[in-house]
Amino acid sequence: MDKHQSYWKANLRLMSICLSIWFVVSFLFGIILVEPLNNFHLGGYKLGFWFAQQGSIYTFVALVFFYSYRMNKLDKKFGVHEDEEK
Amino acid sequence: MDELKLYTYIAVFGTFGLYFAIAWWARAGSTSEFYVAGGGVHPILNGMAIGADWMSAASFISMAGLIAFLGYGGSVFLMGWTGGYVLLAMLLAPYLRKYGKFTVPEFIGDRYYSNVARVVAVLCLIIASLTYVIGQMKGVGVAFSRFLEVDYGLGLGIGMFVVWVYAVLGGMKGITYTQIAQYCVLIFAYTVPAVFISLHLTGNPIPQIGLGSTLSDGSGVYLLDKLDLVVTDLGFKEYTTAKLGSTLNMFMYTLSLMIGTAGLPHVIMRFFTVPSVKGARSSAGWALIFIAALYTVAPAVGAMARLNLMNTIQPAASETLEYEQRPQWFKNWETTGLLKFEDKNGDGKIQYVADKEKNEMVKVDRDIMVLANPEIANLPNWVIALVAAGGLAAALSTAAGLLLAIASSISHDLLKGVFRPEITERTELTASRVAMTVSILIAGYLGLNPPGFAAGTVALAFGLAASSIFPALMMGIFAKSIGSKAAVAGMLAGIGITLLYIFQHEGIMFIKGTAFLGDMARNWFFGIDPKAFGAVGAFVNFGVAFAVSRIINERPPETIQKMIEDIRIPSGSPAAAIGH
Repeated sequence: MDKHQSYWKANLRLMSICLSIWFVVSFLFGIILVEPLNNFHLGGYKLGFWFAQQGSIYTFVALVFFYSYRMNKLDKKFGVHEDEEK
Repeated sequence: MDELKLYTYIAVFGTFGLYFAIAWWARAGSTSEFYVAGGGVHPILNGMAIGADWMSAASFISMAGLIAFLGYGGSVFLMGWTGGYVLLAMLLAPYLRKYGKFTVPEFIGDRYYSNVARVVAVLCLIIASLTYVIGQMKGVGVAFSRFLEVDYGLGLGIGMFVVWVYAVLGGMKGITYTQIAQYCVLIFAYTVPAVFISLHLTGNPIPQIGLGSTLSDGSGVYLLDKLDLVVTDLGFKEYTTAKLGSTLNMFMYTLSLMIGTAGLPHVIMRFFTVPSVKGARSSAGWALIFIAALYTVAPAVGAMARLNLMNTIQPAASETLEYEQRPQWFKNWETTGLLKFEDKNGDGKIQYVADKEKNEMVKVDRDIMVLANPEIANLPNWVIALVAAGGLAAALSTAAGLLLAIASSISHDLLKGVFRPEITERTELTASRVAMTVSILIAGYLGLNPPGFAAGTVALAFGLAASSIFPALMMGIFAKSIGSKAAVAGMLAGIGITLLYIFQHEGIMFIKGTAFLGDMARNWFFGIDPKAFGAVGAFVNFGVAFAVSRIINERPPETIQKMIEDIRIPSGSPAAAIGH
């Protein structure tokens, strides 16, 4: 397998991890499991409600930066980053 | 002139002056500057511009109001309109930036080596963007007529002129730098009243924390618990658990908004303006931070506004506001017709209850919540003036981005790409400016004479983006085997099924009386709202494309395979592209 294919595989793996988290915090915690989670509290927030209106958004922000950070490392590892060639 | 009006004039025309100055400083000289700001905008600044581009009059004015009345059900907008950026950052933006062209239809046309695909994409883009612009123009007209008491049409005209000056003069470069200023205005205008109100209600200045805190009236009761109690007492659904339709509907609604967000061309094209693939990835993160700054405050604004409204009308369980005692803001909004009271039982008191027979607040327009919020909370006049300037910034920045998307697809994709490939850069630039001027005039005309479908525009724009553009782009990057016939079939099927479902409910192009199959129950497809149908359209698009691809056994040519492999890696030098 050549370098570019391994790079793409690594990208897809990272992407599926991130998108799983994306799915869990919004669709799973915020919608599907909202009722059981609402039995727990975070301050005055019911937990499921908090995920739907606050927590999911914070997680999205963290995810995008995490992905960006890890991809920059992958770019370097596989030697496909932009800077050096220009 | 009273004090409030004076402040409002200063805030509104002061910010307009700022936008003009920036536009003059950043005017565009080449097509590259006009379409993608020369590709050299710093990721943080670009993120800010995306934030302003994205947050429209709907986000600024309507969203908190929707949440105030939908409660938990309003979460679909919060998650849907932010979660889409995760998809953009991972699935589209870096690869489209690597491809390095000007417009979204251009990528689709090249990738599927088909002008048909390109034209279909242009049509989706124009319909989605134009319907969206009308909403912004209406927002501008309303803001002017409410806050400066000028005629709606004149307000609209002033708004059109302002956008025309800096969008036509500056293109993407002017728009980007103006949007950065507009972001600062709108986030400041949104946050300041929220901080005041949160401080007043809970003693905590951070609205996101205030919403989860106890009330500062000494009762020790959590704000959300109190709100649940107040609304259920009057027969409304419990605030923190009220669903929007079924769980499945909420799921599909959120998914549709996410996919639609990631597929809206005026957002995607912003990622062409950063200098690198790395920049495209981090730009998405910065954009999301700047958007989250408003979107995490919005639920607090919504809940607190609802509580304030309820407390005003019903200060205590046994005590109801006398109509004659109503506060000034109540009277102000009554004159706009957005708030209406009808004394059904003739006792001179305002009964605001869920029961339609007994409810005397016959109209409480959701859109007034953000605009009236500072007045309801008795905030100083300069805060109210600021909200007016912020609402205008939100509407203008989004309108400019949309107009650029329309103009570039007409001049670059249709004229240069399909009909007259021989025109020079200079002619193309002129054509783009003409196209933008015409689009502004059309949007202004439609804002002045809103067609019946204005209210349904968001559904249409997101439905089209979700069912056609997003799947086409995603397969273009991730599925090498999809060729032009499969892609076009997929797009047409996705658009077809989505429009069919929307129009069957709401009428063809939302014209009343043309809804067909009238004997079918509303939301007949598993209880899914037409506004939440984009995700179904996207699944159909993917399904049809893969099925057609398999049946006709189509393989894209070698050059296209190479192109896809090339966009998957950030490095652009020929040496890196070999190695296969």
